[in-house]
Amino acid sequence: MYKYDQYDQAMVDARVEDFRDQTRRRIEGHMTDDQFKPLRLKNGLYLQLHAYMLRIAIPYGTLNPTQMRKLAHIARTYDRGYGHFTTRQNLQFHWIKLEQAPDILAELAMVEMHCIQTSGESIRNISADHYAGAAADEIMDPRPWAETLRQMTTFHPEFSYLPRKFKICVIAAEEDRAAMRWHDFGLRIVKNDAGEVGFEVYPGGGMGRTPFIAYKARDFVPQHQIFSYLQAVLRVWNREARRDNIHKQRMKILVHELGEEEFTRQVEEEFQNILTLDTDFPQAEYERIAAYFTPPPFETGLPDAVDRSDPDFAVWLDRQTVAHKAPGYAIVNISLKPIGGVGGDITAEQMEVVADLAERYSFEELRVAHTQNLVLPHVRKQDLYAVWQALTEASLADVNLDLVTDIIACPGLDYCTLANARSLPVAEQIAKRFADLDRQLDLGELKIKISGCINACGHHHAGHIGILGVDRKGTENYQLLLGGSGAEDVAQAKITGPGFDEAGIVDAVERAIERYRELREPGERFIDTYRRVGFDSFKEAIYG
Amino acid sequence: MGDPLRFRDDTAPEEPAVSLDAFLDQSNANTVRIEAGDDVRRLLPQIDRVRLVEVDFPKFRDGRGFSSARILREAGYTGEIRATGDVLVDLIFFMRRCGFDSFEPDVPMNPVDVVWVLSRYPEVYQHAADSRVPIWAKRHPHEQNS
Repeated sequence: MYKYDQYDQAMVDARVEDFRDQTRRRIEGHMTDDQFKPLRLKNGLYLQLHAYMLRIAIPYGTLNPTQMRKLAHIARTYDRGYGHFTTRQNLQFHWIKLEQAPDILAELAMVEMHCIQTSGESIRNISADHYAGAAADEIMDPRPWAETLRQMTTFHPEFSYLPRKFKICVIAAEEDRAAMRWHDFGLRIVKNDAGEVGFEVYPGGGMGRTPFIAYKARDFVPQHQIFSYLQAVLRVWNREARRDNIHKQRMKILVHELGEEEFTRQVEEEFQNILTLDTDFPQAEYERIAAYFTPPPFETGLPDAVDRSDPDFAVWLDRQTVAHKAPGYAIVNISLKPIGGVGGDITAEQMEVVADLAERYSFEELRVAHTQNLVLPHVRKQDLYAVWQALTEASLADVNLDLVTDIIACPGLDYCTLANARSLPVAEQIAKRFADLDRQLDLGELKIKISGCINACGHHHAGHIGILGVDRKGTENYQLLLGGSGAEDVAQAKITGPGFDEAGIVDAVERAIERYRELREPGERFIDTYRRVGFDSFKEAIYG
Repeated sequence: MGDPLRFRDDTAPEEPAVSLDAFLDQSNANTVRIEAGDDVRRLLPQIDRVRLVEVDFPKFRDGRGFSSARILREAGYTGEIRATGDVLVDLIFFMRRCGFDSFEPDVPMNPVDVVWVLSRYPEVYQHAADSRVPIWAKRHPHEQNS
């Protein structure tokens, strides 16, 4: 994976001192809280219900064991012994003291990590396919591009006070495992007929209270022009977006108001202008960065067969491992969704176990998935049993990848000042209802996503089944949505009807799922049956 | 000594700035004020007679003025660009990079903070309107862009 040189290190070190000075000026009263707020947000520091929350960037979801151990150390020293992986491949600590935040940044800088632009109206940490570099179906590793764009968008002088947040995602496969078209700026790496590398560009997506799926603005932007194109998009948005209503300032709103055609026209005009300024990085810089992502030295001649004689292991193997591009290797998914636990949470001890496993069995690489699970990307098949045993010992061997209990849920009203309703207890109740593994496996792929308010951090718009918590006359109420997807078959979920209370929503989910079981044809997933049969049949099952 | 918030050697124009519409209507003005919602590109055909552009920041969070300054510099304008309004000290590092070369904040800045924020980052990752060399160019001293 990428390693900082003296320049990158100088930048994060400077950021630590910069933020230390900003914090000091705030504590000494030289700036108001209103003035400090955007500064701390651009460093990932939120004020939540009980304490400060610190969001740490995990660029394109890639971590090494040293970094994971540092996160465990921070969890123990500055927080309550655990952390929370997010839907944008980052890690959050929820019990931080403001005056300690600069020290945490200094700890992170020691292992080439930071919190730069993880919140606020800025270009956020760039997400990518969590199987990058390992997936059998990718045309190349997307992470060198994500890293190049990370550097080019760090402290960008023109785009550090944007109208709202701006999220970029890069993938390089047909299958979309990163919810690319739900980002403000989605990129799919492609090759044209001449074999040249470039980007399919999808601007204007995003969830929140007004969801939009990104549209394709270009079939091909040549690779050496992508930074110019990105700047053109940002400039059109920065110049044209409303500034009078924070809920209408995301780029997706501008795209909607101008129309895709007019937005594309303005971007193309600006793109031609910016190209003349020669601000793109040279190919040599891309190659320098790409060299850090050279595939690890995979062994050849390894056995593909795995001893399946332990039945518990065989169940885990079939569900949690995925085909790797190198023969004899597998991608291992580590579930952070134990029945009865909080999805995405991980203790300091578990972080250390996973760090050890990555070091011993996965070429020192770890990944974070946007589904709030972890990945050991490069494990020899002959080591899978030993990995499973170690995960079992650490309570990390749950079997539920993409199943009904692999739920995405935002922190909700248990932590968040924005929330209207709790998300975590609803996720827990659904997981308990469907805890039986045979039942889960029978239901197959089924993605439930839960948000505790319309800001949609729990991706409810993209759930096969989505749940939205709202406040109705002072009580928590849950709306049920159906038919969304964050994958290559991207779709926006539709609200079924009146909401439910906490117990009622679990029953309603079960009724929808039972309708699927009655109607499904062989091989159909929940979403396939829903699409074939249509909304009304499910609505009838839910409301009678 | 000079103004610590002015980074030019010439004398600042004394004439009060006029609005963009007024400037485009009157042929003798040489100082113009760009509000956050103004399209600065309208000024470009007459940029030769401009000596000072004031770019207003009604709220420090409103970053439209950053693009206005960049567009002026990209068009070759070498006169003064002054940031006015809710200009806070933590903005001026980015503003200098976008081509602003003087500041007239509503609330005075602490001069010690000004020196600190302008010197805090030893490197930059991008080309901008200043002369700083981006990190990638230092890594590849013999390469041309793209």
